[in-house]
Amino acid sequence: MSTDRLGRFANWNVAIIAVTVVVLIVAAATVDNFGTAQNFGFLILDLLPIALVALPMTLVIVTGEIDLSVASTLGLSSAVMGYLWNQNQPIETIIPLCLLLGAVLGAINGFFVTVLGLPSLAVTIGTLALYRGLAFVVLGDGAVADFPALYTDWVTGNIGGTSIPNVLIIIVVLAAVFGVVLHATPVGRAVFAIGTSEQAARFAGVRPGRLKFWLYVVSGLVSGLAGVLWTLRYSSARADNGAGLELAVVAAVLLGGVSIFGGKGALPGVIAGVVLLASLQNALRLSDVSNEALNVVTGVLLIVSVLAPNLANAVRSSLQRRRHRPEPL
Amino acid sequence: MTAVDLPGSNLTTRRSSLDLVLRARELGIVLALAALVAVTTISNPRFLSGQSIRDILLGTAILAVLAVGQAVVVITRNIDLSVGSVLGLSAFTVGTLLRDHPGLPVIGALLIGAAVGGVCGAVNGILVRYGNVPALVVTLGTLYVVRGITYFWAGGQQINADELPGGFLDFGNATLLGIPYLVLIALLVLVITGVVLRSYRVGREHYAMGSSPQAARLAGISVGRRTIGAFGVSGALAGLAGVLFAARFGTIDAAAGTGYELNVVAAVVVGGVAVFGGSGSVWGAALGALLLTTIGSSLAVLEINQFWQQAIVGGLILLAIGADRLVAARVAATLKKRGSHVH
Repeated sequence: MSTDRLGRFANWNVAIIAVTVVVLIVAAATVDNFGTAQNFGFLILDLLPIALVALPMTLVIVTGEIDLSVASTLGLSSAVMGYLWNQNQPIETIIPLCLLLGAVLGAINGFFVTVLGLPSLAVTIGTLALYRGLAFVVLGDGAVADFPALYTDWVTGNIGGTSIPNVLIIIVVLAAVFGVVLHATPVGRAVFAIGTSEQAARFAGVRPGRLKFWLYVVSGLVSGLAGVLWTLRYSSARADNGAGLELAVVAAVLLGGVSIFGGKGALPGVIAGVVLLASLQNALRLSDVSNEALNVVTGVLLIVSVLAPNLANAVRSSLQRRRHRPEPL
Repeated sequence: MTAVDLPGSNLTTRRSSLDLVLRARELGIVLALAALVAVTTISNPRFLSGQSIRDILLGTAILAVLAVGQAVVVITRNIDLSVGSVLGLSAFTVGTLLRDHPGLPVIGALLIGAAVGGVCGAVNGILVRYGNVPALVVTLGTLYVVRGITYFWAGGQQINADELPGGFLDFGNATLLGIPYLVLIALLVLVITGVVLRSYRVGREHYAMGSSPQAARLAGISVGRRTIGAFGVSGALAGLAGVLFAARFGTIDAAAGTGYELNVVAAVVVGGVAVFGGSGSVWGAALGALLLTTIGSSLAVLEINQFWQQAIVGGLILLAIGADRLVAARVAATLKKRGSHVH
């Protein structure tokens, strides 16, 4: 049974990557301007925040928990960045402070979930509201612009004379780090162990509480970084930056084959999920489908991605039952 | 909190101390509410003026109808994040119908709105039941889908008050014996749902499911049908709330009710309904809705930055689930002690 399940998830990973490649090819062939180098640059800039936040989210969900506060952490980090910039602080101080802030916000989630033992869904719905509210308290509904061109140009700029955005470096490096940690280190094995059975993991010498706490800290830290990059990309610090992004991130992670029940998933699938979501949205937008109607696509993808493995399983087991049924005499 | 392992020694003791705790939790909200009203009124006596109270009640009516539906779902250990989107779809459907058919009676509008919501809720329930997937994911998906459908349908158009029949707008403002119709409808929903949950077998089965789905199944409860039913109720009430929304504000666009799910979940959690299912009441959820709405008005009266409201909502959620865990632990300890005396 366990190898069967493993096979199922490996299959899902291959399938989602294949679907992503097909979508990219079809979109490039049928949608005007989709296949241009310039558009791919925009595509990467667009998927930047989702891709970054999806990396720690994958680990959190594999342990069987969830973090819905990521987009609010992004927003609060952006708001604080704007506030400090208004106070004439140097950007070199502001950016580390915003990253630290993100880590602290994550630690607060981690404290509630692991030390007090509260359900992560409820905790992070609470901090989703709390952090977003604090962002508005800090910055109100105005916007802060005029960040130094050196930084904003780097975020929106390309590598050398190519049309590859600089920020791709950040995505690739972080994805590699998270991929190695999840799939090739004891920490990653502990993450899977916790998601499969927390009790068994504890017997095997893993300290689930401590590991989960640090995962929340990392989730907050990366969300803070996403807030900084978001602010620099649009050169605009706003309290509502990234509102609703948590839904897209969870959708991309589940689409990537990570089980919401914990214990199963792989980072290549998640990256494919992010690319699939972003390129579908990009292609539909180029085809003049309204931004809001895109929500239907995201929602349907999300539902299908959780239904499909279950349906496949149901079909498989009914086939097996038929095979094993004794022949009528 | 009923997930706590209770020693099965003394039934009456257990019943009464659990009752006490549940009552204490609702008492806590009432006290918080009283303190809030007292402080605000001392600072500005106009807070207790008729108009101000009426505004709070109207706001509470819509939120409470949503919270009652959400409580039914949460008690079964599920969650419905799609309610804001369902409210929007229902409000826009009813608004469009009333614009094109001004003769439609108000009761017809209410029924159509509830039906639209009920269908959405049933879809949620069927996906959760037959797809065997967590309600969180399903309703996150339908949150997107339903909102997207509304945008797709509405485009950029907006329905304004002057396009709606006067009778419908009157319904949003009129009162019976000084109580707005909207509030009466919310009270009716509250009483019916509350009584069914509390005193009828079908209602108790929801609690049983939330306490332990496996035990409920073994006890012969048709968990699947109850799940679909709970989501159907939540959807229908969200649809009903959409009609109330349309009647109160008169202006409806595709964004109506965006983000409401957060306030609704907050109202339910603050109202003492445990997110792990199996405990809590719709009365608590309605009190939670009243508290959240009152906080909004108080901030305005106290001239505190309105932006604090969302932060306070978040803090309240954390406080409520923290308190819930604390109470559960204390009850477990007390029961254990009493249980050992009997043995």
